[in-house]
Amino acid sequence: MLNDTDRRILRQYQAAPETPSTELAERAGVTPSTLARRLAAMREGGVLRGVRGVVHWPALGYDIEVMLRVTLEKTDPRAFDEFLAGARGVPEVTEIQTFLGSVDIRLAVIARDLAHYQALYREKLLTLPHIADIEALMHVSLVKSDETVPL
Amino acid sequence: MSALEDLDEIDRALIRALAEDANASAGALGRRLGLSQPACWRRIQRLRAAGVFRGARLDLDLERLGFGVTVFLGIKLATKGRVSLEDFERAVRAIPEVQVVDHVLGAFDYRLRVVARDLPDFERVLRRRIMTLPGVGNVEANVMLSEERRPGPV
Repeated sequence: MLNDTDRRILRQYQAAPETPSTELAERAGVTPSTLARRLAAMREGGVLRGVRGVVHWPALGYDIEVMLRVTLEKTDPRAFDEFLAGARGVPEVTEIQTFLGSVDIRLAVIARDLAHYQALYREKLLTLPHIADIEALMHVSLVKSDETVPL
Repeated sequence: MSALEDLDEIDRALIRALAEDANASAGALGRRLGLSQPACWRRIQRLRAAGVFRGARLDLDLERLGFGVTVFLGIKLATKGRVSLEDFERAVRAIPEVQVVDHVLGAFDYRLRVVARDLPDFERVLRRRIMTLPGVGNVEANVMLSEERRPGPV
């Protein structure tokens, strides 16, 4: 279990994951050696899985991002597995979530431009198996994206 | 830069590696990819300078931290024109349980990713913080069961 020191470290770390460790230690009010030891323990315990770089796709020429909300034809028990396997085979799919609710699956899809998106949609996405209904939300802007938790 | 097609295989491998571990050292990455430390460092600097990374995020096991529920919300604003998007965005950004806010076009105006300790805690966040946002109209909630982040076309 996490103690107060761990929580203080994570609070500071999640707010600025690229902070050098000496500075992070200072912000969390611990010595650099305590910081290193606690982070190692949290990695080992599986709480901290890693620090991921977040790719800014527009810098690589992918200007379009679309959220597809998919409802599946669930009469077939293999519907989820087969749809997910198909979605994993599309490189432009960057996120896959499954849900309990009116939507079964959400895909985040990136494309270079609208023409590219249209081609992807017709040839690789609409052709995924067991789709009953599909609805698109076009990404306009990111208002908040820090993905921190209230520790 | 630079469209993805203009990058060579080493740059692509570096992007994949840094997406997996943002703090990987140029020395370690260089050894893996057959580059000297300075050559690898220069490539990483070039990618970063081109804005290939928006930043970094901690990949935390939320369940172990006591956050058992992640919910995706679709929000439609009720009174367009009367409530400014700025007011809504400022208020929603300040809610600590809200991790991601996307402004979108389609059946909803905003898409939110919300964490909570459990369903009663989520209900509290929904009632006290989300439903009271300025201009909020129709809200749809879907409880996340599983998630995969994919490497993308790199």
